[in-house]
Amino acid sequence: MTDLTHDAMAVKIGHHTSEDAQRRLRRRYAAERRFKYYGIGAICLGLGMLAILLISIGSRAIPALTQNYLTLQIEIPPEPLVASADHNYMQFVEREILSLFPEAVGDFQAQRQIMSIMPFDAAGVISERVLEDVSVLGGERIDVTLQLTDEAQAYVNGEISRSTPEADRRLTDDQMSAIDRLRDDDVIVVQDGRPVLDIAVNLPFYEVVNQSNFQSLANDALYRLFPEVEGRARRDLRAIISPGAGFELRQMILADPGLIGSSVSLEVPLSDEFDQLAKNFVDRDLPEDQRRVNDAQIAYFDGLEEAGLVTSRFNTQFFTAADSRQPELAGIWGALVGSFYTLVVTLLLSFPIGVSAAIYLEEFAPKNRLTDLIEVNINNLAAVPSIVFGLLGLAVFIQFFGLPRSAPLVGGMVLALMTLPTIIIASRAALKAVPPSIREAALGMGASRLQTVTHHVLPLAMPGILTGTIIGMAQALGETAPLLMVGMVAFITSTPEGLTSPATVLPVQIYIWSDAPERGFVAKTSLAIMTLLVFLICMNALAVWLRKRFERRW
Amino acid sequence: MQTWVLIVALLILGLAGYYLGRSRAVASADGRAASLHSVPSYYGMYVAIWAAVPGLILVLVWLSIAPIVRDNMVLSAIPPETVTAWAQEMLPADLFAAEAEAIAASGTDGLTGPQVELLMVNIVNVAAGSSFVSPTVAGILVGPAEHMNSLGELSSWGLLVIGLGLACAGLYTARRRLAPHFRARNRVESIINVFLIICSTIAILTTLGIVLSLLFESARFFGIVPIWEFLFGTQWSPQIAIRADQVGSSGAFGAIPLFVGTLLIAAIAMLVAVPVGLMSAIYLSDYAPPRVRASVKPVLEILAGIPTVVYGFFAILTVAPFIRDLGAAVGLNVSANSALAAGVVMGIMIVPFISSLSDDVINAVPQSLRDGSAALGATKSETIRQVILPAALPGIVGACLLAVSRAIGETMIVVMAAGLAANLTVNPFAAVTTVTVQIATLLVGDQEFDSAKTLSAFALGLMLFVVTLCLNVIALRVVKKYREKYD
Repeated sequence: MTDLTHDAMAVKIGHHTSEDAQRRLRRRYAAERRFKYYGIGAICLGLGMLAILLISIGSRAIPALTQNYLTLQIEIPPEPLVASADHNYMQFVEREILSLFPEAVGDFQAQRQIMSIMPFDAAGVISERVLEDVSVLGGERIDVTLQLTDEAQAYVNGEISRSTPEADRRLTDDQMSAIDRLRDDDVIVVQDGRPVLDIAVNLPFYEVVNQSNFQSLANDALYRLFPEVEGRARRDLRAIISPGAGFELRQMILADPGLIGSSVSLEVPLSDEFDQLAKNFVDRDLPEDQRRVNDAQIAYFDGLEEAGLVTSRFNTQFFTAADSRQPELAGIWGALVGSFYTLVVTLLLSFPIGVSAAIYLEEFAPKNRLTDLIEVNINNLAAVPSIVFGLLGLAVFIQFFGLPRSAPLVGGMVLALMTLPTIIIASRAALKAVPPSIREAALGMGASRLQTVTHHVLPLAMPGILTGTIIGMAQALGETAPLLMVGMVAFITSTPEGLTSPATVLPVQIYIWSDAPERGFVAKTSLAIMTLLVFLICMNALAVWLRKRFERRW
Repeated sequence: MQTWVLIVALLILGLAGYYLGRSRAVASADGRAASLHSVPSYYGMYVAIWAAVPGLILVLVWLSIAPIVRDNMVLSAIPPETVTAWAQEMLPADLFAAEAEAIAASGTDGLTGPQVELLMVNIVNVAAGSSFVSPTVAGILVGPAEHMNSLGELSSWGLLVIGLGLACAGLYTARRRLAPHFRARNRVESIINVFLIICSTIAILTTLGIVLSLLFESARFFGIVPIWEFLFGTQWSPQIAIRADQVGSSGAFGAIPLFVGTLLIAAIAMLVAVPVGLMSAIYLSDYAPPRVRASVKPVLEILAGIPTVVYGFFAILTVAPFIRDLGAAVGLNVSANSALAAGVVMGIMIVPFISSLSDDVINAVPQSLRDGSAALGATKSETIRQVILPAALPGIVGACLLAVSRAIGETMIVVMAAGLAANLTVNPFAAVTTVTVQIATLLVGDQEFDSAKTLSAFALGLMLFVVTLCLNVIALRVVKKYREKYD
């Protein structure tokens, strides 16, 4: 018994139990652990990069959520408004006079001839009338009496005539006949021995107000806060408020004309540099020439802030406005609408075509050279660089078919071609997953092959098809390069109105802003990226939910 | 406007056709639907198709052809005097003097191609009443613009009338043909079958479109710049001098610097992506507990769903400054848009691509191989290194080839993070440019289609397409073959 144990102990020191073997084993286990840690390290690197990406962009997006506003008490006297639209009153007169010359429509030469019987500043009298009573804007026509040029007066008075040599009269025959017609119509009359033009003009409120300079009103309000600042130094002062102030004021007055002559308290957006200053992103210790705001401006701004006039609010502008050169006015709404139109086109084209193609290839196509070719082709198309689709769109849709540039229609068509392979591949997989027993049962009941597919196979495959489609759409939503090729990279300040109006899309907007030198655009770009990611996550979550909810294991 | 009216009318007629056809079929069988050859709704569908589809096809064809016909008619109808007046206004004086006689003699035929295009754009703008045209030009072109507008009006009314006529005729004849023995289902199904076939050939048409448009434009480019100079030249500066004395605008089209730059960035990307992607795939498939796998895998795949423009912004916002500062700390001069920054970010983008493809091939290796190796006493890592990886190698190589093709074709990251200057260097800290960057910068904005500068973008596109196509074909074949081996 003891011998036996002794023998067993002796065996222990064999080939697999020696010191060497133990060391080898430890080395092998260490290698094993190292290998595992490499794996964990790789995963951590990937996840870490994702985290850094989201955090670095997300943290920079936060400042863009708010925008600082300056509360200004703005006087809206009628004089500057009416006067700043002064040079435009002539156009209302012109409209009346030309309505008497229907044959001159579209003939700019003739129009200029007719209008030149009056001096350029003839319409100045209108602004006086408007100042007397602002309510004439948009009201009844008003009668005005306008001067004629000396030559025209001389012709009416009979001092010159058609027989006068051309060199002496400075009035063409056409102008003379125009004057004759105006006299016949009693538009040119003689008052107090002087021929004048007596005409009733219509002054549309919208057009007059639209052409007035509102920014100067906002500037004036700012100047009143710093009465000691004068002359050129005011330039520094008015840089504080955004050019959007005048726009906002105009919208207000157009909505409520009664405000003219009153004084309103309005929050106007700060310009980008001062918005940055308010958010403490400007290093005040830097030498003055390395900052975008100088010491005087900082002093003004601190004064305003102490007076409690600067307020920070949620930046609704960002989600409701289209693009702008000024970061404080720029928004993503235009790009969102553009993305929407583009995706609608993409979906309408790629979904029916993709599903039909998948049905044909999976259910009907005979196995032959052609279908093999189509299959290889689809797989390859899925891996073609997206910019090549852009080249295709440029050469075929824009060059060959002459479709408009920058239009969501063309962008959507290009993206549809790009997502088509994704949808076809996903749909085929979904159709393939439907068990043959379903088809055989339907065929056994006497259904035709098409009926089998449309009544039984397709509804069962639909969740899978929709999942693939949503993923394809998410891909299309984030795509940029092919859209650059078809001109959707233009600077567009209005929200697109239709499929052919110039538009841009959210990723392209991000690209445009990422290039802009203004500091405010860094935050705007980051926030736009976050918005895009939210949309993408929603779409992918929807796809996952669809798959989870309706997926069936056979 | 009329087009939309027509489309809505066609849809309504189609709907009406459905009910008319259905009721007529039932009536023709004296109300006994069972004695019909097909289910009644097929008779309805048959009539609906004949009512709506020819009209819709007409709309498509008409809309793509009518503008071309209209433009030609307008151009050929412009009197030479108008062209002369326009040319005097719009063309530079010396050019006008040179062409005046030809214009006076033959009108628009005396203008060059781009000039005709400019004239056309002017006319279109005047016709649309837009303010992009100076009043003088507008005055000159009032006649042609009105002609264009009246032709447009005529065309859209013509389309409306012909379309409605076609729809009514289709509805009437199709409905007349209905009878109890009429094989409506077979007819409808064969029409749908044709539609399905057309849809599945669109993929081929797309490829054909890509190949033809790239080939056509590239051929024009190689007519200006010899193909050897393009493929083997080492100087790339596509700006062509407008004036003779302009500096640095020689118009050199040697694409070697672009190819080298592209390969450099792709190589950096692969150096990042292959180890990280492969190791994560191995860990997830052979080490990770199921719970970890289920949560980490989708999170890692988020990386694949992030748009490339976001990666580009990440590169210029975070990675490039970081690398530059790092370089400065060790005394290296790193360019602001170094190849390294673009390559690293591109590598991150490709990680999930490699990891999910490798995951597939690693999982496809049969369990019996793992079990056999374990039975011989191998540790897990030894099994992976010596059994699974060799077995999965072709698939992994295929995945890497696909990833290379992605890296070469990737545009936004390099457009934003890499440079524009075509330096012929393999220094990862220098700025290089790539094929896709050049395509994007050459074609963004307005461009004329017969300059070598614009056409060179298509030649680059052709190169890109050919290279990625070869990579894809090889990779897809390898991956597919390998999958089948173990199935």
